[in-house]
Amino acid sequence: MRNTWAIAWKEIRGYFTSPVAYVVALIFVALTGYFFVRSVDSILSGPNFPEASLRDTLRQISVFILPWLAPVLTMRLLAEEQKMGTIELLLTSPVRDWEVVLGKFIATMVFFLGALALTLWYVLMLAWRGNPEIGPLLSGYLGIILYGGAAISIGLLASSLTSNQIVAAVVSLGILVLLTFLEVGADQVTGVASTVVGQLGMTTHFDDFVRGVIDTSNVVYYVSLMAVMLFLTVRSLETRRWR
Amino acid sequence: MAGMVEVKHLTKYYGNFLAIENVSFEVKKGEIVGFLGPNGAGKTTTMRIITGFLPPSSGTAAVAGYDLVDKSRQARAHIGYLPETVPLYTDMTVEGYLSFMGTIRGMNPKRIKARIADVIDSCRLGDYRKSDIGKLSKGFRQRVGIAQAVLHEPDVLILDEPTIGIDPIQVVETRALIKDLAGTHTVILSTHILPEVSMLCSRVLIINEGLIVAEDTPKELANRLQGVERLEVEIQGPRIEVMGVLEKIRGVLEVACSPNGSDQNVYKIQARRGLDLRPTVSRAVISNGWSLLNLQLVSMSLEEIFLKLTTSEEINV
Repeated sequence: MRNTWAIAWKEIRGYFTSPVAYVVALIFVALTGYFFVRSVDSILSGPNFPEASLRDTLRQISVFILPWLAPVLTMRLLAEEQKMGTIELLLTSPVRDWEVVLGKFIATMVFFLGALALTLWYVLMLAWRGNPEIGPLLSGYLGIILYGGAAISIGLLASSLTSNQIVAAVVSLGILVLLTFLEVGADQVTGVASTVVGQLGMTTHFDDFVRGVIDTSNVVYYVSLMAVMLFLTVRSLETRRWR
Repeated sequence: MAGMVEVKHLTKYYGNFLAIENVSFEVKKGEIVGFLGPNGAGKTTTMRIITGFLPPSSGTAAVAGYDLVDKSRQARAHIGYLPETVPLYTDMTVEGYLSFMGTIRGMNPKRIKARIADVIDSCRLGDYRKSDIGKLSKGFRQRVGIAQAVLHEPDVLILDEPTIGIDPIQVVETRALIKDLAGTHTVILSTHILPEVSMLCSRVLIINEGLIVAEDTPKELANRLQGVERLEVEIQGPRIEVMGVLEKIRGVLEVACSPNGSDQNVYKIQARRGLDLRPTVSRAVISNGWSLLNLQLVSMSLEEIFLKLTTSEEINV
Protein backbone atom coordinates (compact mmCIF):
# COMPACT_ATOMS: atom_id res chain seq x y z
CA MET A 1 0.00 0.00 0.00
CA ARG A 2 2.95 2.28 0.64
CA ASN A 3 3.75 2.16 -3.06
CA THR A 4 0.17 3.10 -3.87
CA TRP A 5 0.35 6.20 -1.70
CA ALA A 6 3.76 7.13 -3.08
CA ILE A 7 2.40 6.95 -6.63
CA ALA A 8 -0.80 8.78 -5.66
CA TRP A 9 1.15 11.55 -3.96
CA LYS A 10 3.48 11.91 -6.94
CA GLU A 11 0.51 12.30 -9.31
CA ILE A 12 -1.27 14.78 -7.05
CA ARG A 13 1.84 16.91 -7.00
CA GLY A 14 2.02 16.42 -10.76
CA TYR A 15 -1.41 18.00 -11.18
CA PHE A 16 -0.31 21.12 -9.40
CA THR A 17 3.09 21.50 -11.03
CA SER A 18 1.39 21.76 -14.40
CA PRO A 19 -1.27 24.32 -15.31
CA VAL A 20 -3.83 21.52 -15.70
CA ALA A 21 -5.08 21.66 -12.13
CA TYR A 22 -5.63 25.39 -12.18
CA VAL A 23 -7.31 25.56 -15.56
CA VAL A 24 -9.56 22.62 -14.75
CA ALA A 25 -10.46 24.05 -11.33
CA LEU A 26 -11.24 27.43 -12.87
CA ILE A 27 -13.54 26.02 -15.54
CA PHE A 28 -15.12 23.74 -12.97
CA VAL A 29 -15.94 26.62 -10.66
CA ALA A 30 -17.22 28.78 -13.50
CA LEU A 31 -19.54 26.09 -14.84
CA THR A 32 -20.84 24.88 -11.49
CA GLY A 33 -21.38 28.50 -10.46
CA TYR A 34 -23.48 29.04 -13.55
CA PHE A 35 -25.45 25.80 -12.98
CA PHE A 36 -26.06 26.76 -9.37
CA VAL A 37 -27.22 30.28 -10.04
CA ARG A 38 -29.48 29.01 -12.80
CA SER A 39 -31.10 26.52 -10.46
CA VAL A 40 -31.83 29.00 -7.67
CA ASP A 41 -32.58 32.15 -9.59
CA SER A 42 -36.32 32.51 -10.11
CA ILE A 43 -35.94 34.18 -13.50
CA LEU A 44 -33.21 31.98 -14.93
CA SER A 45 -34.73 28.74 -13.72
CA GLY A 46 -37.69 29.32 -15.98
CA PRO A 47 -40.93 27.50 -15.31
CA ASN A 48 -39.44 25.44 -12.45
CA PHE A 49 -39.93 26.82 -9.02
CA PRO A 50 -36.48 27.48 -7.51
CA GLU A 51 -35.71 25.35 -4.54
CA ALA A 52 -32.99 25.06 -1.96
CA SER A 53 -31.28 21.97 -3.34
CA LEU A 54 -28.28 21.03 -5.45
CA ARG A 55 -30.30 18.54 -7.44
CA ASP A 56 -29.95 20.29 -10.78
CA THR A 57 -26.39 21.39 -10.15
CA LEU A 58 -25.21 17.85 -9.39
CA ARG A 59 -27.13 16.47 -12.34
CA GLN A 60 -25.51 18.98 -14.64
CA ILE A 61 -22.09 18.20 -13.22
CA SER A 62 -22.68 14.56 -14.12
CA VAL A 63 -23.83 15.33 -17.66
CA PHE A 64 -21.86 18.41 -18.67
CA ILE A 65 -18.69 18.31 -16.62
CA LEU A 66 -17.64 14.74 -15.84
CA PRO A 67 -17.55 13.52 -19.46
CA TRP A 68 -14.68 15.93 -20.19
CA LEU A 69 -13.25 16.31 -16.70
CA ALA A 70 -12.43 12.63 -16.28
CA PRO A 71 -10.64 12.30 -19.65
CA VAL A 72 -8.65 15.48 -19.05
CA LEU A 73 -7.54 14.39 -15.60
CA THR A 74 -6.68 10.82 -16.58
CA MET A 75 -5.34 11.04 -20.13
CA ARG A 76 -1.79 11.74 -18.97
CA LEU A 77 -1.56 9.21 -16.17
CA LEU A 78 -0.51 6.06 -18.00
CA ALA A 79 -0.16 7.28 -21.59
CA GLU A 80 2.68 9.60 -20.71
CA GLU A 81 4.51 6.93 -18.72
CA GLN A 82 4.45 4.81 -21.85
CA LYS A 83 5.46 7.62 -24.17
CA MET A 84 8.34 8.84 -22.01
CA GLY A 85 9.45 5.32 -21.19
CA THR A 86 9.20 6.00 -17.47
CA ILE A 87 6.90 3.00 -17.29
CA GLU A 88 10.02 0.89 -17.75
CA LEU A 89 11.47 2.04 -14.44
CA LEU A 90 8.11 1.93 -12.73
CA LEU A 91 7.37 -1.63 -13.79
CA THR A 92 10.89 -2.85 -13.10
CA SER A 93 10.63 -1.55 -9.55
CA PRO A 94 9.26 -4.01 -7.05
CA VAL A 95 5.73 -2.60 -7.28
CA ARG A 96 2.66 -4.58 -8.20
CA ASP A 97 0.71 -3.51 -11.26
CA TRP A 98 -2.43 -2.92 -9.22
CA GLU A 99 -0.55 -0.62 -6.88
CA VAL A 100 0.35 1.56 -9.87
CA VAL A 101 -3.23 1.64 -11.12
CA LEU A 102 -4.77 2.22 -7.71
CA GLY A 103 -2.27 4.97 -6.90
CA LYS A 104 -3.13 6.85 -10.07
CA PHE A 105 -6.85 6.35 -9.50
CA ILE A 106 -6.60 7.67 -5.95
CA ALA A 107 -4.67 10.72 -7.14
CA THR A 108 -7.39 11.65 -9.62
CA MET A 109 -10.12 10.95 -7.07
CA VAL A 110 -8.40 13.25 -4.58
CA PHE A 111 -8.25 15.99 -7.18
CA PHE A 112 -11.89 15.43 -8.11
CA LEU A 113 -12.96 15.48 -4.45
CA GLY A 114 -11.02 18.71 -4.01
CA ALA A 115 -12.86 20.28 -6.94
CA LEU A 116 -16.13 18.97 -5.57
CA ALA A 117 -15.33 20.48 -2.18
CA LEU A 118 -15.46 23.88 -3.88
CA THR A 119 -19.18 23.32 -4.46
CA LEU A 120 -19.73 23.13 -0.70
CA TRP A 121 -19.77 26.89 -0.95
CA TYR A 122 -23.12 26.60 -2.72
CA VAL A 123 -24.41 24.43 0.11
CA LEU A 124 -23.42 27.15 2.56
CA MET A 125 -25.28 29.71 0.48
CA LEU A 126 -28.35 27.49 0.38
CA ALA A 127 -28.21 27.08 4.15
CA TRP A 128 -27.80 30.81 4.60
CA ARG A 129 -30.75 31.91 2.47
CA GLY A 130 -32.92 28.81 2.51
CA ASN A 131 -33.60 25.60 4.30
CA PRO A 132 -32.10 22.75 2.28
CA GLU A 133 -32.83 19.15 3.14
CA ILE A 134 -29.70 17.50 4.39
CA GLY A 135 -30.57 13.96 3.22
CA PRO A 136 -30.72 14.54 -0.53
CA LEU A 137 -27.59 16.68 -0.28
CA LEU A 138 -25.63 13.86 1.31
CA SER A 139 -26.96 11.20 -1.03
CA GLY A 140 -26.43 13.55 -3.97
CA TYR A 141 -22.78 13.99 -3.08
CA LEU A 142 -22.39 10.23 -2.60
CA GLY A 143 -23.91 9.78 -6.05
CA ILE A 144 -21.64 12.28 -7.77
CA ILE A 145 -18.57 10.79 -6.08
CA LEU A 146 -19.50 7.31 -7.33
CA TYR A 147 -20.31 8.72 -10.76
CA GLY A 148 -16.98 10.54 -10.85
CA GLY A 149 -15.11 7.44 -9.71
CA ALA A 150 -16.65 5.40 -12.50
CA ALA A 151 -15.86 8.09 -15.08
CA ILE A 152 -12.27 8.35 -13.84
CA SER A 153 -11.76 4.59 -13.99
CA ILE A 154 -12.91 4.64 -17.61
CA GLY A 155 -10.40 7.41 -18.32
CA LEU A 156 -7.64 5.44 -16.66
CA LEU A 157 -8.36 2.39 -18.78
CA ALA A 158 -8.24 4.50 -21.94
CA SER A 159 -4.93 5.99 -20.81
CA SER A 160 -3.44 2.53 -20.31
CA LEU A 161 -4.29 1.48 -23.85
CA THR A 162 -2.20 4.02 -25.70
CA SER A 163 0.91 6.13 -25.41
CA ASN A 164 -0.92 9.05 -26.99
CA GLN A 165 -2.71 11.34 -24.55
CA ILE A 166 -5.08 12.74 -27.15
CA VAL A 167 -6.14 9.27 -28.22
CA ALA A 168 -6.68 8.35 -24.57
CA ALA A 169 -8.80 11.46 -24.01
CA VAL A 170 -10.89 10.95 -27.14
CA VAL A 171 -11.53 7.29 -26.35
CA SER A 172 -12.68 7.97 -22.80
CA LEU A 173 -14.69 11.02 -23.88
CA GLY A 174 -16.44 8.87 -26.46
CA ILE A 175 -17.26 6.12 -23.98
CA LEU A 176 -18.48 8.59 -21.38
CA VAL A 177 -20.70 10.49 -23.80
CA LEU A 178 -22.15 7.20 -24.96
CA LEU A 179 -22.83 6.03 -21.40
CA THR A 180 -24.31 9.44 -20.56
CA PHE A 181 -26.83 9.36 -23.38
CA LEU A 182 -27.73 5.68 -23.29
CA GLU A 183 -30.75 6.64 -21.24
CA VAL A 184 -32.05 8.67 -24.16
CA GLY A 185 -31.27 5.77 -26.48
CA ALA A 186 -33.33 3.45 -24.29
CA ASP A 187 -36.46 5.35 -25.32
CA GLN A 188 -35.86 4.48 -28.94
CA VAL A 189 -36.22 0.75 -28.39
CA THR A 190 -38.86 -1.27 -26.60
CA GLY A 191 -39.19 -4.17 -24.21
CA VAL A 192 -36.19 -5.94 -22.72
CA ALA A 193 -33.81 -4.08 -25.01
CA SER A 194 -35.00 -0.80 -23.61
CA THR A 195 -34.46 -1.99 -20.05
CA VAL A 196 -31.01 -3.35 -20.79
CA VAL A 197 -29.83 -0.23 -22.64
CA GLY A 198 -31.34 2.01 -20.00
CA GLN A 199 -29.74 0.12 -17.14
CA LEU A 200 -26.32 0.32 -18.79
CA GLY A 201 -26.45 4.11 -18.93
CA MET A 202 -24.61 6.08 -16.27
CA THR A 203 -27.28 8.75 -15.83
CA THR A 204 -30.05 6.20 -15.30
CA HIS A 205 -28.59 5.29 -11.93
CA PHE A 206 -27.94 8.82 -10.82
CA ASP A 207 -31.37 10.36 -10.38
CA ASP A 208 -32.23 8.38 -7.28
CA PHE A 209 -29.20 9.80 -5.50
CA VAL A 210 -30.08 13.44 -6.08
CA ARG A 211 -33.64 12.75 -5.02
CA GLY A 212 -32.36 11.45 -1.70
CA VAL A 213 -32.65 7.71 -2.35
CA ILE A 214 -29.67 5.45 -1.92
CA ASP A 215 -30.64 2.33 -3.82
CA THR A 216 -28.23 -0.60 -3.46
CA SER A 217 -28.56 -1.49 -7.14
CA ASN A 218 -27.37 1.98 -8.13
CA VAL A 219 -24.42 1.81 -5.76
CA VAL A 220 -23.60 -1.65 -7.11
CA TYR A 221 -23.74 -0.31 -10.67
CA TYR A 222 -21.13 2.40 -10.12
CA VAL A 223 -18.92 0.33 -7.84
CA SER A 224 -18.86 -2.60 -10.24
CA LEU A 225 -18.24 -0.30 -13.22
CA MET A 226 -15.28 1.13 -11.32
CA ALA A 227 -14.01 -2.31 -10.30
CA VAL A 228 -14.25 -3.72 -13.81
CA MET A 229 -12.53 -0.71 -15.36
CA LEU A 230 -9.69 -0.73 -12.83
CA PHE A 231 -9.32 -4.48 -13.24
CA LEU A 232 -9.09 -4.09 -17.00
CA THR A 233 -6.53 -1.33 -16.55
CA VAL A 234 -4.37 -3.64 -14.45
CA ARG A 235 -4.69 -6.34 -17.09
CA SER A 236 -3.86 -3.84 -19.80
CA LEU A 237 -0.65 -2.92 -17.97
CA GLU A 238 0.14 -6.60 -17.61
CA THR A 239 -0.32 -7.29 -21.29
CA ARG A 240 1.97 -4.36 -22.05
CA ARG A 241 4.53 -6.16 -19.94
CA TRP A 242 3.81 -9.50 -21.57
CA ARG A 243 3.45 -8.41 -25.13
CA MET B 1 28.25 -20.34 -5.40
CA ALA B 2 25.25 -19.80 -7.59
CA GLY B 3 25.41 -16.81 -9.88
CA MET B 4 23.81 -13.51 -8.98
CA VAL B 5 22.28 -13.48 -12.42
CA GLU B 6 21.48 -16.74 -14.15
CA VAL B 7 20.15 -16.73 -17.65
CA LYS B 8 19.27 -19.99 -19.32
CA HIS B 9 18.29 -20.55 -22.93
CA LEU B 10 16.50 -17.23 -23.32
CA THR B 11 14.65 -16.76 -26.54
CA LYS B 12 12.50 -13.79 -27.38
CA TYR B 13 10.27 -13.21 -30.34
CA TYR B 14 8.57 -9.94 -31.15
CA GLY B 15 5.78 -11.29 -33.29
CA ASN B 16 7.71 -13.23 -35.89
CA PHE B 17 10.92 -11.36 -35.33
CA LEU B 18 13.52 -13.31 -33.41
CA ALA B 19 15.29 -10.84 -31.13
CA ILE B 20 17.45 -13.20 -29.11
CA GLU B 21 17.98 -16.90 -29.41
CA ASN B 22 19.07 -19.38 -26.77
CA VAL B 23 21.05 -16.88 -24.74
CA SER B 24 22.64 -18.38 -21.63
CA PHE B 25 25.11 -16.90 -19.20
CA GLU B 26 25.83 -16.51 -15.56
CA VAL B 27 27.18 -13.56 -13.63
CA LYS B 28 28.80 -14.05 -10.26
CA LYS B 29 28.64 -11.71 -7.32
CA GLY B 30 30.89 -8.69 -7.72
CA GLU B 31 31.60 -9.25 -11.39
CA ILE B 32 31.33 -6.53 -14.00
CA VAL B 33 30.19 -8.11 -17.20
CA GLY B 34 30.12 -6.26 -20.47
CA PHE B 35 27.51 -6.89 -23.07
CA LEU B 36 29.01 -6.03 -26.37
CA GLY B 37 27.29 -5.94 -29.68
CA PRO B 38 26.17 -3.72 -32.51
CA ASN B 39 22.83 -1.95 -32.44
CA GLY B 40 19.93 -4.32 -32.73
CA ALA B 41 21.97 -7.27 -31.53
CA GLY B 42 19.58 -7.99 -28.67
CA LYS B 43 21.37 -6.30 -25.78
CA THR B 44 18.43 -4.21 -24.67
CA THR B 45 16.00 -7.09 -25.10
CA THR B 46 18.14 -9.31 -22.90
CA MET B 47 18.39 -6.59 -20.26
CA ARG B 48 14.67 -5.96 -20.34
CA ILE B 49 14.08 -9.62 -19.68
CA ILE B 50 16.54 -9.68 -16.78
CA THR B 51 14.82 -6.65 -15.25
CA GLY B 52 11.39 -8.20 -15.59
CA PHE B 53 10.11 -5.59 -18.02
CA LEU B 54 9.64 -8.11 -20.80
CA PRO B 55 8.90 -11.80 -20.51
CA PRO B 56 11.01 -14.28 -22.43
CA SER B 57 9.31 -16.34 -25.13
CA SER B 58 11.15 -19.30 -23.68
CA GLY B 59 13.96 -19.94 -21.25
CA THR B 60 14.46 -18.55 -17.78
CA ALA B 61 16.21 -15.69 -16.07
CA ALA B 62 16.84 -15.38 -12.36
CA VAL B 63 18.32 -12.63 -10.24
CA ALA B 64 19.59 -13.37 -6.73
CA GLY B 65 17.94 -16.76 -7.01
CA TYR B 66 14.49 -15.41 -7.86
CA ASP B 67 12.95 -16.25 -11.19
CA LEU B 68 11.91 -13.17 -13.15
CA VAL B 69 8.59 -14.72 -14.09
CA ASP B 70 7.47 -16.61 -10.99
CA LYS B 71 9.05 -14.40 -8.33
CA SER B 72 9.26 -11.24 -10.38
CA ARG B 73 8.78 -8.78 -7.54
CA GLN B 74 11.38 -10.37 -5.27
CA ALA B 75 13.82 -10.48 -8.16
CA ARG B 76 13.13 -6.86 -9.09
CA ALA B 77 13.83 -5.82 -5.50
CA HIS B 78 17.46 -6.80 -6.08
CA ILE B 79 17.89 -4.85 -9.29
CA GLY B 80 18.98 -1.34 -10.07
CA TYR B 81 18.31 -0.46 -13.68
CA LEU B 82 19.37 2.29 -16.00
CA PRO B 83 17.46 1.97 -19.28
CA GLU B 84 19.00 3.21 -22.46
CA THR B 85 16.96 6.38 -22.83
CA VAL B 86 17.10 7.29 -19.12
CA PRO B 87 13.39 7.84 -18.64
CA LEU B 88 12.78 10.43 -15.92
CA TYR B 89 9.80 12.42 -14.71
CA THR B 90 10.70 15.82 -16.07
CA ASP B 91 8.32 17.68 -13.79
CA MET B 92 10.01 16.51 -10.61
CA THR B 93 13.07 17.82 -8.85
CA VAL B 94 16.15 15.61 -8.60
CA GLU B 95 15.58 15.09 -4.90
CA GLY B 96 11.85 14.54 -5.25
CA TYR B 97 12.42 11.99 -7.98
CA LEU B 98 15.04 10.06 -6.02
CA SER B 99 12.80 10.09 -2.99
CA PHE B 100 9.92 8.68 -5.07
CA MET B 101 12.11 5.97 -6.56
CA GLY B 102 13.39 5.08 -3.10
CA THR B 103 9.88 4.76 -1.76
CA ILE B 104 8.60 2.47 -4.49
CA ARG B 105 11.64 0.32 -3.91
CA GLY B 106 10.59 -0.18 -0.34
CA MET B 107 13.20 1.95 1.41
CA ASN B 108 12.20 3.62 4.65
CA PRO B 109 12.25 7.43 4.83
CA LYS B 110 15.31 7.56 7.03
CA ARG B 111 17.37 5.39 4.71
CA ILE B 112 16.08 7.30 1.67
CA LYS B 113 17.32 10.53 3.17
CA ALA B 114 20.73 9.13 3.97
CA ARG B 115 21.13 7.42 0.62
CA ILE B 116 19.98 10.47 -1.37
CA ALA B 117 22.74 12.43 0.33
CA ASP B 118 25.20 9.67 -0.64
CA VAL B 119 24.22 9.32 -4.29
CA ILE B 120 23.91 13.05 -4.85
CA ASP B 121 27.44 13.25 -3.59
CA SER B 122 28.84 10.32 -5.58
CA CYS B 123 27.05 11.35 -8.78
CA ARG B 124 28.09 14.98 -8.26
CA LEU B 125 24.57 16.32 -8.38
CA GLY B 126 24.99 18.57 -5.34
CA ASP B 127 24.19 21.83 -7.08
CA TYR B 128 21.14 20.41 -8.78
CA ARG B 129 19.29 18.64 -6.00
CA LYS B 130 16.42 21.13 -6.15
CA SER B 131 16.43 21.55 -9.93
CA ASP B 132 13.66 20.32 -12.17
CA ILE B 133 14.85 17.27 -14.07
CA GLY B 134 13.33 18.73 -17.23
CA LYS B 135 15.84 21.57 -17.11
CA LEU B 136 18.92 19.37 -16.76
CA SER B 137 21.30 18.62 -19.63
CA LYS B 138 21.61 15.13 -21.02
CA GLY B 139 24.74 14.42 -19.02
CA PHE B 140 23.14 15.41 -15.75
CA ARG B 141 20.05 13.39 -16.53
CA GLN B 142 22.33 10.44 -17.07
CA ARG B 143 23.75 11.03 -13.61
CA VAL B 144 20.27 11.19 -12.13
CA GLY B 145 19.58 7.92 -13.93
CA ILE B 146 22.63 6.30 -12.39
CA ALA B 147 21.78 7.80 -9.01
CA GLN B 148 18.34 6.19 -9.04
CA ALA B 149 19.84 2.88 -10.16
CA VAL B 150 22.25 2.67 -7.22
CA LEU B 151 20.03 4.43 -4.67
CA HIS B 152 18.72 1.31 -2.98
CA GLU B 153 22.12 -0.41 -3.09
CA PRO B 154 20.88 -3.23 -5.29
CA ASP B 155 22.79 -6.47 -5.57
CA VAL B 156 22.62 -6.32 -9.33
CA LEU B 157 23.03 -3.25 -11.48
CA ILE B 158 21.91 -3.31 -15.05
CA LEU B 159 23.12 -0.43 -17.15
CA ASP B 160 22.02 -0.13 -20.75
CA GLU B 161 24.56 1.96 -22.68
CA PRO B 162 25.47 4.08 -19.66
CA THR B 163 27.85 6.38 -21.53
CA ILE B 164 25.91 7.00 -24.70
CA GLY B 165 25.17 10.57 -25.68
CA ILE B 166 27.09 12.39 -22.99
CA ASP B 167 30.17 14.54 -23.37
CA PRO B 168 33.67 13.07 -23.07
CA ILE B 169 34.40 14.43 -19.61
CA GLN B 170 31.15 13.02 -18.32
CA VAL B 171 31.96 9.73 -20.00
CA VAL B 172 35.18 9.52 -18.01
CA GLU B 173 33.34 10.42 -14.83
CA THR B 174 30.60 7.92 -15.45
CA ARG B 175 33.13 5.18 -16.05
CA ALA B 176 34.90 6.06 -12.83
CA LEU B 177 31.57 5.87 -11.06
CA ILE B 178 30.86 2.43 -12.47
CA LYS B 179 34.34 1.28 -11.57
CA ASP B 180 33.71 2.40 -7.99
CA LEU B 181 30.67 0.18 -7.87
CA ALA B 182 32.65 -2.91 -8.75
CA GLY B 183 33.14 -5.39 -5.97
CA THR B 184 30.11 -4.33 -3.97
CA HIS B 185 27.68 -4.65 -6.84
CA THR B 186 27.25 -7.11 -9.62
CA VAL B 187 27.12 -5.09 -12.80
CA ILE B 188 25.93 -5.93 -16.27
CA LEU B 189 26.49 -3.15 -18.73
CA SER B 190 25.86 -3.02 -22.42
CA THR B 191 27.85 -0.97 -24.81
CA HIS B 192 29.09 -0.81 -28.32
CA ILE B 193 32.16 1.12 -27.29
CA LEU B 194 35.07 -1.28 -27.11
CA PRO B 195 37.60 0.53 -24.93
CA GLU B 196 34.86 0.82 -22.35
CA VAL B 197 34.63 -2.93 -22.07
CA SER B 198 38.34 -3.55 -21.61
CA MET B 199 38.44 -0.65 -19.17
CA LEU B 200 35.58 -1.71 -16.97
CA CYS B 201 34.67 -5.30 -17.39
CA SER B 202 36.09 -8.46 -15.97
CA ARG B 203 34.24 -10.46 -18.56
CA VAL B 204 32.72 -9.81 -21.95
CA LEU B 205 29.77 -11.35 -23.67
CA ILE B 206 29.63 -10.60 -27.32
CA ILE B 207 26.19 -10.73 -28.78
CA ASN B 208 25.31 -10.49 -32.40
CA GLU B 209 21.98 -11.01 -34.13
CA GLY B 210 20.49 -12.35 -30.94
CA LEU B 211 23.18 -14.93 -30.29
CA ILE B 212 26.04 -14.92 -27.83
CA VAL B 213 29.00 -15.44 -30.08
CA ALA B 214 31.81 -15.24 -27.53
CA GLU B 215 32.33 -15.01 -23.81
CA ASP B 216 35.59 -14.44 -21.94
CA THR B 217 37.78 -11.90 -20.20
CA PRO B 218 38.71 -9.06 -22.52
CA LYS B 219 42.32 -10.29 -22.55
CA GLU B 220 41.60 -13.95 -23.04
CA LEU B 221 39.08 -13.11 -25.67
CA ALA B 222 41.73 -11.28 -27.62
CA ASN B 223 44.06 -14.29 -27.31
CA ARG B 224 41.50 -16.86 -28.07
CA LEU B 225 40.01 -15.13 -31.00
CA GLN B 226 43.30 -14.57 -32.62
CA GLY B 227 43.51 -18.30 -33.18
CA VAL B 228 46.74 -17.54 -34.98
CA GLU B 229 49.70 -15.37 -34.11
CA ARG B 230 50.48 -12.79 -36.66
CA LEU B 231 53.87 -11.38 -37.54
CA GLU B 232 54.76 -8.55 -39.77
CA VAL B 233 58.22 -8.75 -41.17
CA GLU B 234 59.97 -6.34 -43.44
CA ILE B 235 62.76 -8.01 -45.36
CA GLN B 236 65.16 -6.89 -48.00
CA GLY B 237 65.67 -9.78 -50.36
CA PRO B 238 64.29 -11.52 -53.46
CA ARG B 239 60.57 -11.82 -52.88
CA ILE B 240 59.91 -15.26 -54.32
CA GLU B 241 62.81 -16.83 -52.49
CA VAL B 242 61.95 -15.12 -49.23
CA MET B 243 58.39 -16.36 -49.49
CA GLY B 244 59.64 -19.88 -50.08
CA VAL B 245 61.90 -19.85 -47.04
CA LEU B 246 59.29 -18.29 -44.76
CA GLU B 247 56.67 -20.80 -45.80
CA LYS B 248 58.93 -23.68 -44.85
CA ILE B 249 59.42 -22.54 -41.28
CA ARG B 250 57.70 -24.90 -38.85
CA GLY B 251 54.46 -23.53 -37.49
CA VAL B 252 53.87 -21.05 -40.28
CA LEU B 253 50.41 -21.36 -41.69
CA GLU B 254 50.39 -18.70 -44.29
CA VAL B 255 52.58 -16.00 -45.73
CA ALA B 256 51.16 -13.06 -47.56
CA CYS B 257 52.94 -10.31 -49.37
CA SER B 258 51.76 -7.76 -51.80
CA PRO B 259 54.71 -7.06 -54.12
CA ASN B 260 55.68 -3.43 -54.44
CA GLY B 261 58.16 -3.92 -57.27
CA SER B 262 61.25 -3.45 -55.15
CA ASP B 263 63.34 -5.86 -53.12
CA GLN B 264 62.06 -4.52 -49.89
CA ASN B 265 58.74 -6.05 -48.92
CA VAL B 266 56.46 -6.45 -45.95
CA TYR B 267 55.45 -10.06 -45.32
CA LYS B 268 52.50 -10.96 -43.20
CA ILE B 269 52.94 -14.28 -41.50
CA GLN B 270 50.27 -16.25 -39.72
CA ALA B 271 51.51 -18.87 -37.33
CA ARG B 272 49.92 -21.44 -35.11
CA ARG B 273 48.60 -20.03 -31.90
CA GLY B 274 50.96 -19.95 -28.95
CA LEU B 275 54.07 -20.02 -31.11
CA ASP B 276 56.42 -17.09 -31.05
CA LEU B 277 58.21 -17.32 -34.37
CA ARG B 278 60.28 -14.19 -34.07
CA PRO B 279 63.60 -15.94 -33.27
CA THR B 280 63.15 -18.56 -35.99
CA VAL B 281 62.13 -16.04 -38.59
CA SER B 282 64.97 -13.65 -37.86
CA ARG B 283 67.53 -16.47 -37.93
CA ALA B 284 66.19 -17.73 -41.22
CA VAL B 285 66.41 -14.30 -42.79
CA ILE B 286 69.92 -13.61 -41.58
CA SER B 287 71.27 -17.05 -42.50
CA ASN B 288 70.06 -16.52 -46.06
CA GLY B 289 72.00 -13.30 -46.22
CA TRP B 290 68.99 -10.98 -46.43
CA SER B 291 68.38 -7.93 -44.30
CA LEU B 292 65.79 -7.93 -41.56
CA LEU B 293 64.42 -4.39 -41.44
CA ASN B 294 61.49 -4.79 -39.14
CA LEU B 295 59.83 -7.57 -37.21
CA GLN B 296 56.80 -7.29 -35.03
CA LEU B 297 54.08 -9.30 -33.42
CA VAL B 298 50.65 -8.06 -34.38
CA SER B 299 47.96 -8.49 -31.79
CA MET B 300 44.38 -8.03 -32.70
CA SER B 301 42.59 -5.22 -30.92
CA LEU B 302 39.16 -5.74 -29.48
CA GLU B 303 37.92 -3.50 -32.20
CA GLU B 304 39.11 -5.98 -34.80
CA ILE B 305 37.69 -8.87 -32.88
CA PHE B 306 34.44 -7.08 -32.73
CA LEU B 307 34.49 -6.38 -36.42
CA LYS B 308 35.50 -9.91 -37.09
CA LEU B 309 32.77 -11.30 -34.94
CA THR B 310 30.08 -9.10 -36.17
CA THR B 311 30.89 -9.65 -39.80
CA SER B 312 29.57 -13.16 -39.18
CA GLU B 313 32.84 -15.02 -39.43
CA GLU B 314 33.12 -18.40 -37.87
CA ILE B 315 35.28 -18.59 -34.79
CA ASN B 316 37.49 -21.61 -34.80
CA VAL B 317 38.85 -22.34 -31.38
